[in-house]
Amino acid sequence: MTVRTIADFLAEHPFFAGLDNPAIAELAGCALIMHVSPGDYLFRQGGTADHFYVITRGRVALELFSPGAGPHVLDSAGEGEVLDWPWLIPPYRWFFDARAVEETRVISLDAACLRGKCDRDPRLGYDLLQRVAQVMSHRLQATRVRLLDLYGPR
Amino acid sequence: MRRARPAPPAPACPGPPDPACPGPPDPAGPAGPGHRQAHDPTIPLPYRVVGTFAHTADTVTLTLEPTGGPSLDFSPGQFTMLGTVTAGEAPISISGGPGGDGPIEQTVRDAGGVSRALARSRPGDILTVRGPYGTGWRVQDGAGGDILLIAGGIGLAPLRSAILALLANRPTYRHITLLYGARSPLEQVFREDLAGWSSGPGAIDVAVTVDHAPVAWQGRVGLVTRLIPQARFDPGSTLALVCGPEVMMRVVADSLSDAGLDPTRIRVSLERNMECGIGLCGHCQLREYFICTDGPVFSYSQVAGHLATREL
Amino acid sequence: MTSGPADAGEAMGSAARAPTGGMPPSRDRGAPTEKGTATPPPGTGQAAVGAPVITDVAGLQTVIDTLAGQGYTVIGPTRRGSAIVLAEIGGTQDLPQGCGDSQDAGTYRVTDRRDEAFFGFAATPQSWKAFLFPSRELLWSGAAAPGRLTVTPDPAPGKPMAFLGVRSCDLHAIYIQDRVLLGRAYTDPRYAARRADAFIIAVGCSDPSSTCFCVSMGTGPAPSAGFDLSLTELLRDGRHRFVARAGSERGAAVLACLTAPTAGPDDLSAAQAVTDTAAAHMGRHLDTRGIRDLLYASADHPRWDDAASRCLSCTNCTLVCPTCFCASLETVPDLTGEHLTRQRVWDSCFTSGHSHLSAGSVHGTTRSRYRQWLTHKLASWVDQFGTSGCVGCGRCITWCPAAIDITQEAAALRVPAPHDPAPGGEPA
Repeated sequence: MTVRTIADFLAEHPFFAGLDNPAIAELAGCALIMHVSPGDYLFRQGGTADHFYVITRGRVALELFSPGAGPHVLDSAGEGEVLDWPWLIPPYRWFFDARAVEETRVISLDAACLRGKCDRDPRLGYDLLQRVAQVMSHRLQATRVRLLDLYGPR
Repeated sequence: MRRARPAPPAPACPGPPDPACPGPPDPAGPAGPGHRQAHDPTIPLPYRVVGTFAHTADTVTLTLEPTGGPSLDFSPGQFTMLGTVTAGEAPISISGGPGGDGPIEQTVRDAGGVSRALARSRPGDILTVRGPYGTGWRVQDGAGGDILLIAGGIGLAPLRSAILALLANRPTYRHITLLYGARSPLEQVFREDLAGWSSGPGAIDVAVTVDHAPVAWQGRVGLVTRLIPQARFDPGSTLALVCGPEVMMRVVADSLSDAGLDPTRIRVSLERNMECGIGLCGHCQLREYFICTDGPVFSYSQVAGHLATREL
Repeated sequence: MTSGPADAGEAMGSAARAPTGGMPPSRDRGAPTEKGTATPPPGTGQAAVGAPVITDVAGLQTVIDTLAGQGYTVIGPTRRGSAIVLAEIGGTQDLPQGCGDSQDAGTYRVTDRRDEAFFGFAATPQSWKAFLFPSRELLWSGAAAPGRLTVTPDPAPGKPMAFLGVRSCDLHAIYIQDRVLLGRAYTDPRYAARRADAFIIAVGCSDPSSTCFCVSMGTGPAPSAGFDLSLTELLRDGRHRFVARAGSERGAAVLACLTAPTAGPDDLSAAQAVTDTAAAHMGRHLDTRGIRDLLYASADHPRWDDAASRCLSCTNCTLVCPTCFCASLETVPDLTGEHLTRQRVWDSCFTSGHSHLSAGSVHGTTRSRYRQWLTHKLASWVDQFGTSGCVGCGRCITWCPAAIDITQEAAALRVPAPHDPAPGGEPA
């Protein structure tokens, strides 16, 4: 029986698909594994985005709370996906509340550690930036389409 | 006794009868006296509503039984021109499984007009049925490979017919995956089926996402395309069937194309105004296509350029 | 003869008799024509059954009487007010003798020819479509009671019709409607019955109007096939005569009633000269080279906006067009809701309801409606039916209140548009 390392989890995650072993090892140096219970919050709106969360199991809802109406779920991310990008972009602040809706396991990568490695190794930095940009792009396009309220009343 | 010509007066030629002149035409014609159309496609058959099931506030599945004769023989993806006695007809998807001799199921969303009259039907009411019409999903083209079904909103209704056909021949297919996007948890249709299909022997993968969710919703929130990367399918041997609003189908088909599916293996079901259902009335044209007879199911490669042209 | 009628008969339950000689519908869509003209009817040039004869006004009357005697309602041109219309006629006295017409974009006037001609005018406002494919038709009637509906098919069709004075453009239009309504998987049984019964007397066109362009479309002006009888009117040497030829056995049988002499070489060359002269006097021209691809590639051409700025979306062009076939199915209940009828009614792609969806009209703008009409007529029709949908009769030009000219609009699309990125990355 082998114990799966953080590097194994990272290498298996679609977000890091194709990244070579040395790069994975570099990233693993910033990472630790976290378990989040349903109802627990991973971060809150306005908090400092000091981690990059990579979900390997479970699901997290991204919410905004509005007085009177209560929380509204705007998006979610689950196994095989990542939780947002504010860790990469100043002012490094979370935009939503992130609440686990299931037993969730995330790889938590320290943002300062990651950014430091990216600064020192621009090739790795550019690669990561492209991956994050792709996630941002897909979510943005999907969100724009949702603005149509596709299945709404006619 | 239609088509029998009124007996014309004789004699044929004015003046003295000329043997060379034609006599009156044969009143019966070559088809024989009193011949009638085998079936006039504009004439509907009366069906009786034997059950209704409200999925949401505006969407209902009607269970229909012919008032005489056998039930419809249809392929998944086909539609009927379904009408009420006084409100007229609308093209409505068949949502039940094919092959049985029992009643048929059709799912209607109340969008006003005829659809409102249909959606308000009650057991015992008589509806008119013409059809089935149009091309179907032709699920058998996916035999031996993976099947990816992607539905948006009430687009699940015609895909349900395909799913029931697939389940009836489950061993013929490898992974079968249904990705379903709904407006909100309460606006999903066929909720009971979604749970049933994803459990037990021969289960298929079912993933649901919604656009709007209350906090109690534990499922996914986001556009249905977000579900594609998680689905199990081999792009080279997958047949994708997509049904939903046209914008959604274009986005999904493009995403599938990006995921490696050949556009000839991506099928979409289009909606246009249909009045006759049989290619004669001209309303449902999409440039050279009659949606009712050339479609409603097309491969994306046939229509991608058409759909990208505004107001075509 | 091809097996067209039998093909159609299979879907129609063989109710219909073979349509008029030489113009059976074809089930397959056929190869698109390179030039985008109307496909000639099969058997072109081989339509004559027996030798042409020469006859006179009395002979024409005999033809009318013979057909009436056989039970046909004879329909021909007649003057009504300030127009020449198609209506039931009793004899040559009802024909618009001495009437000509003056047509241009948005203009129609009946003129005085100062001669004896019966057929000295161009396209009548309405075509024979009004008879073969009437603007409103009962499909079935129903009697409803709680839990019950009795559907009664429409009553038997009326008397067979004989059409006198069908021009070549309109012959082609009938042929095209045959393809639309009889030549595919589903057919219109009422059209089929009327069409099979119809006795067609063509007339070679002598006086095309300024809106005519049948030569461009390959549809005239000389009738080549698809008729039972074909007449060419001759007004020479003070004599009013007709060269008549049969295009079918039943036409030949009617001609036999005339005991008319065989037309001589002078008569035949005079008849040829009539349509040759007409061919040389086309008022307009439509360049059909590559027109299907041109229209398909022009979906975003700025000319559509220009046309839309003039088009009133009034539907006139589609109503006078002899090939337009769009129709709505209307359910008409009575006040009690216990009795209803279902009717087929002409519709037009220029109405907002034509492309109605619950979210709105697909063709929400006049631009998109005009583009739909012209693209269908000249391009997608070719894909759908193997022939152009335009026969060059010019009616849409004459009867457009805004004087929009299909030939000009098509020509304007040949002027390249400023660059516009093709949607979806490549042309559809």
